[in-house]
Amino acid sequence: MTVMQIVQQLFNSMGITMEIFFVTLVTSLILGLGLALVRMSKSRVLSLIAKFYISVMRGTPLMLQLLVVYFGPFFIFGMQITPSYRLKAVLIGFALNYAAYFAEIYRSGIAAIPVGQYEAARLLGYSKTQTFVHIVMPQVIKRIIPPVANETITLVKDTSLAFTLAVAEVFTVTKQLVASQSSVVPFIVAGIFYYVFNLVVAVFFEYLEKRLSYYR
Amino acid sequence: MRLLEMNHIKKSFDGQEVLKDISIHVDEGEVLSIIGPSGSGKSTMLRCATMLETIDDGEIIYLGDAAAVSRDGHAVYAKAADLKKIHNYYGLVFQNFNLFPHYSVLKNITDAPMRVQKRGKAEVYAEARELLRKMGLEDREKAYPYQLSGGQQQRVSIARALAMKPKILFFDEPTSALDPELTGEILKIIKDLAAEKMTMVIVTHEMNFAKNVSDYVVFMDKGIIVEEGKPEDVFNSKNPRMKEFLGKFEE
Repeated sequence: MTVMQIVQQLFNSMGITMEIFFVTLVTSLILGLGLALVRMSKSRVLSLIAKFYISVMRGTPLMLQLLVVYFGPFFIFGMQITPSYRLKAVLIGFALNYAAYFAEIYRSGIAAIPVGQYEAARLLGYSKTQTFVHIVMPQVIKRIIPPVANETITLVKDTSLAFTLAVAEVFTVTKQLVASQSSVVPFIVAGIFYYVFNLVVAVFFEYLEKRLSYYR
Repeated sequence: MRLLEMNHIKKSFDGQEVLKDISIHVDEGEVLSIIGPSGSGKSTMLRCATMLETIDDGEIIYLGDAAAVSRDGHAVYAKAADLKKIHNYYGLVFQNFNLFPHYSVLKNITDAPMRVQKRGKAEVYAEARELLRKMGLEDREKAYPYQLSGGQQQRVSIARALAMKPKILFFDEPTSALDPELTGEILKIIKDLAAEKMTMVIVTHEMNFAKNVSDYVVFMDKGIIVEEGKPEDVFNSKNPRMKEFLGKFEE
């Protein structure tokens, strides 16, 4: 195989890596917000459940969680597992795991909004939803961009954990190519891919930060 | 016309009685100042009036509409829909402004009238600009709060409260976060509002201001009203606690 062919093969797997990345990012950012709200809810029971969930998701390896999501339906419910479920299991596992991290980031951001903002909004007659959507959330987003950027960069690299379920993303294919071609080229190509990917992510978040720097 | 009546207000925090049977009332066009040492309960009184805190017992009546009534030694609040209506009667200016940092000056003032009161944009903007002109901030409408001095921020927050057209405007130590120079500019604004017969309740440490601008002064200490009346009477009171408090200010 020529270097070009190796790059060609890896190129196909990059689409899968990006799919894992984008689907996880979108779903876990949404799930995470919901989870943060449950975690901060007045109901002690709900809050404790969310707290326990976050604790487990952050306290156990993502690789293990992926295996549980993949094999769980078979071992627990006796359901038939098809190969097409592999990618789905990866997406579910990633979303569930990253939601826990994002929930804690949201929580820190929401907790940092001064109580005076809520009181001012209340005095002006804003409803709770209006206050959250128009007054609190915009300020939260500005505050959490740096930690979210951090987590997102980690996510780019974590997509490689999908090799656990033999999903043909960049890392899985790289390992196969290195073994079959006895070449170190796939490692280098994969390294460049992840680095450039994260460079784009970092530049994007820097841009966001700048866009929101019109106020303090 | 009586705009606000608070009768026999009681409020405790964790068993600590902060308000012990306090009653005040405010008539239309009147300026009421509440003075007293820190911890006297005057800010709590204001927070109860604006319903940022709930009272334990007593009654709160705005323009004849009961927001809370006393029943069997406990305060019972009106239904949410009624409270929402009552809410429209008053506004509050905070000690530390609490402007929305992500909104421009103009948006800080116009957002609630449009979003909450559903008034038209043209009308709201015209009124907001008029308010800014009154506050001497006509050239700062595009600025963000962080770009303004404390005094300017407080003027924006007064404009924001006025834009809702409240019948009563409450001030919670509006100058306590400001240096003397900036304090002067805020006090002038409040004075102008008083001249326009705006009904106001002001919790303040500015004794001269309370003396000169108020129609009625309430002196609170340790959760009770020690002295109240016309400013000339209160500031010449023979009450030892009152004299001690004023003495400290004159030193």
